[in-house]
Amino acid sequence: MLAKRIVPCLDVQDGRVVKGKKFADIQDVADPVELGKRYSELGADELVFYDITASHEKRNIFLDVVERVAEEVHIPFTVGGGIRSVDDFRAVLNAGADKVSVNSAAVHNPSLIDEASVRFGNQCVVLSIDAKEENGEWYVFVKGGRENTGRTLLEWAIEGEKRGAGEIVLNVMDTDGVKEGYRSDVMAMLSERVNIPVVASGGAGKSEHFLDVLTQGQADAALAASVFHFNEIDITELKHYLYNHELPIRLG
Amino acid sequence: MIAIIDYGAGNLKNVKHALTLLNIDSYITGNPRELTQADGIILPGVGAFGEAMKRLREQGFVDEIVSQVNDGKPLLGICLGMQLLFDKSYEHGEHDGLGLIDGEIVRFSSREKVPHMGWNQLRLKQTTPLNDRVQDGDYVYFVHSYYARAKDENDILHETTYGDTFTSAVKRDHVMGMQYHPEKSSRVGMQLLKNFGEMVR
Repeated sequence: MLAKRIVPCLDVQDGRVVKGKKFADIQDVADPVELGKRYSELGADELVFYDITASHEKRNIFLDVVERVAEEVHIPFTVGGGIRSVDDFRAVLNAGADKVSVNSAAVHNPSLIDEASVRFGNQCVVLSIDAKEENGEWYVFVKGGRENTGRTLLEWAIEGEKRGAGEIVLNVMDTDGVKEGYRSDVMAMLSERVNIPVVASGGAGKSEHFLDVLTQGQADAALAASVFHFNEIDITELKHYLYNHELPIRLG
Repeated sequence: MIAIIDYGAGNLKNVKHALTLLNIDSYITGNPRELTQADGIILPGVGAFGEAMKRLREQGFVDEIVSQVNDGKPLLGICLGMQLLFDKSYEHGEHDGLGLIDGEIVRFSSREKVPHMGWNQLRLKQTTPLNDRVQDGDYVYFVHSYYARAKDENDILHETTYGDTFTSAVKRDHVMGMQYHPEKSSRVGMQLLKNFGEMVR
């Protein structure tokens, strides 16, 4: 049976993992390759490396990280952040990434999804969507949640699938970083309307939240960052917990 | 020494990295003549079936692969590379494959989400050193929208269920194929590659 996936997300800035803004005081950083390897050994099913480096000149530092991850980590990984063109896709795929996620660049230029999927295959095009609820309707946001595009989540997700995206990551802005649970209701709504895998993001605080979004929320995978980085949730224990609740989970 | 065939389809480095970690020597080559000196061949691949066969043909690989296999050289197809071993595929039309394994490649029925992406389980169908330290129920990583339907039950090495039950790996003597990505399948995948390396030695 196809397993539900647990996906740690690593924000990378200037070649180092950044453990989230909220914890700016300690600004603890780590080597993304070492951390990725550790998560893989603990049982992570996939990894996401997100480049939050502000300057374009430092792009090569990130590509170097991607290459080292490909050499040393033998589970699939997605790369995102700053992907704007088919050439950007090619660069990270050549460096060894399995999938590439696009967000605002796809909103501004939807044909990027078509071009990339024709060129590299649907399986490596991940459409990442930041969504927020306003007046009872779910909208797509860009610019880190500051700008409402006026497009509804469902409309954009369905268009993305038609254009060739092979997977959707839904990041619910309101719950992101709050650690009070994923929005399983909107995950389920999305999952029922598209025929590609859906990854839940935003809100993980404890094991029960993962269980909820992977069952009630019908998500195929759950993504989280700080709960793993700060050892609030141990990946091995989480996977045993889910397994014991009769979810299809890969152990060992 | 294992030759990894480069015909412009996807990333070959990840397969090479995995072999390097296992201390198995390998080289990537786009030249059919360079298959002669190899002890074993890996045919990787991501992308569309028809395009891949066209490229293999243009680069002169088709006859050379078949001739090397006829000489008894072990061949392992991975992902699309496994599908290419079969007679025929129905991906975007109808295309002939290498014809080393009887059967055809068909699309998943739309009841399930396509692509079939993620970790799924193996059911072992053969007793062979290629399955050493691999068990029924072990998980490996898949990404594909089409799957193989082997004609001869005896060729099936692994089966997997995703809506339909399909052939997730084949083995007919020294011709082998894996629909999943062993190089991305953590412990189980590395074990399978190691076992292939042992067979080549």
